[in-house]
Amino acid sequence: MQVNENFEPVIVAFCCNWCSYAGADLSGTNRLNYPSNVKIIRVPCSCRVNPMFILRAFQKGADGVILCGCHPGDCHYTSGNYFTRRRITLLYSMLDFLGIERNRTRLEWVSAAEGAKFAAVMNQFVEDVKKLGPNRRLEDLRCRKQ
Amino acid sequence: MQEAMIKRAKELLADGTVNRVMGWKRGEFSYDITPAVFETAEELDAEFVCDDLTQANVSKYLIKESRKEGKILALLKPCDTYSFNQLVKEHRIIRENVYVIGIPGGPKIDIEKIKAKEISGILSVKNEDYTLKIETIYGTETMPYYEAISGKCENCKSKKHVVFDELIGEDGDVLESNRFEMVEKLENMTAQERYDFWRDQLSKCIRCNACRNVCPACTCENCVFDNPKSGIDNKAAADSFEENMFHIIRAFHVAGRCTDCGECSRVCPQNIPLHLLNRKFIKDINSLYGEYQAGADTTSRAPLNDYSTDDCEPSIVHERGVE
Repeated sequence: MQVNENFEPVIVAFCCNWCSYAGADLSGTNRLNYPSNVKIIRVPCSCRVNPMFILRAFQKGADGVILCGCHPGDCHYTSGNYFTRRRITLLYSMLDFLGIERNRTRLEWVSAAEGAKFAAVMNQFVEDVKKLGPNRRLEDLRCRKQ
Repeated sequence: MQEAMIKRAKELLADGTVNRVMGWKRGEFSYDITPAVFETAEELDAEFVCDDLTQANVSKYLIKESRKEGKILALLKPCDTYSFNQLVKEHRIIRENVYVIGIPGGPKIDIEKIKAKEISGILSVKNEDYTLKIETIYGTETMPYYEAISGKCENCKSKKHVVFDELIGEDGDVLESNRFEMVEKLENMTAQERYDFWRDQLSKCIRCNACRNVCPACTCENCVFDNPKSGIDNKAAADSFEENMFHIIRAFHVAGRCTDCGECSRVCPQNIPLHLLNRKFIKDINSLYGEYQAGADTTSRAPLNDYSTDDCEPSIVHERGVE
């Protein structure tokens, strides 16, 4: 595959309000760098993320989707992220089954105290998606940017 | 067997145990067997049919039928009893209003497999000692029974009736089937090969919604695919993305509740192997969260309504090695 050096992926990050969103905030107040490709969408809990949201993100032009939530056991709603974990495992496995590149999807647990982890995860994820190039297998041609 | 069913149904109608019978009758063509409700003994005599071509799972019809007045008699094959049980578990069918008779299962015959042998103008199909005698307007054709076995019967998972009030014929056992064979074959392909395979298949989709309408697990009053506000209620898939999305979401909505009855693939006019998507979820659930058969009981928690603190992380998908 031809690698386009100038390719800047669009990354959608679903962050839970209680941990990961605060983690992103912390990485900002700590002056840590993470790429501007990452567009954060705040959700009340990682469990709020319907599989449809992830597909929709790809449709509307995302090249990678990452879901961040509280560490298992730390959910603000006690058990939300346990349900997320099962649901998202099955979804990612299904996307893999349909031949969508595995590295376009990810799930990471980031707590409110892990600003450094948030930045590191995002740096790594953007790098991985850059290697894959633009999302072609799960894009909607009508939504492709000119 | 058909005579025994009609006889017993008439008895139950006569003694007032039930006031309707959920069965099958012939459709536009004699080989199109379609579900039907019978109310009198005369109707049963005239129209009731249950033969080698009777594949339809009637469980879904019982959702509405069990809410009408009086009891209904349902004749269920082993695979249908799983769907029935799952619907009872989800409080969709009112169990008290249904009298269940377990009837023997397949292997059933798929008329499409006969047509695929370039046999046309079919008038009737008879099974004579495992040779099919097919009367057509051009004369009589024969073919071996096993060559026309329906796709949903090929990997039969169980001959056991998980729920019944009485039985006609004998009860069987849960079978050892190799139903995940094709899923495993696909898993062992490269991502590009898998992508090409599914593009090939899903691009045939005409979005007729037959798979959704027939599915005994798809029982929402308002389906997301009918809701104009969902933004995905299109009548036709305009883009490859929409084809993928429709089938991922359809399969996901029944994940953990799909009993693997195979109706989706049976009704698909484009012959898309839709059951493979469902089986992929079943296989993942079995291997990651423990063996689970939807519909086998009415008490256990569905895998996606449950969790364990030591579940695996989604990263296991990424650790499957290089693409």
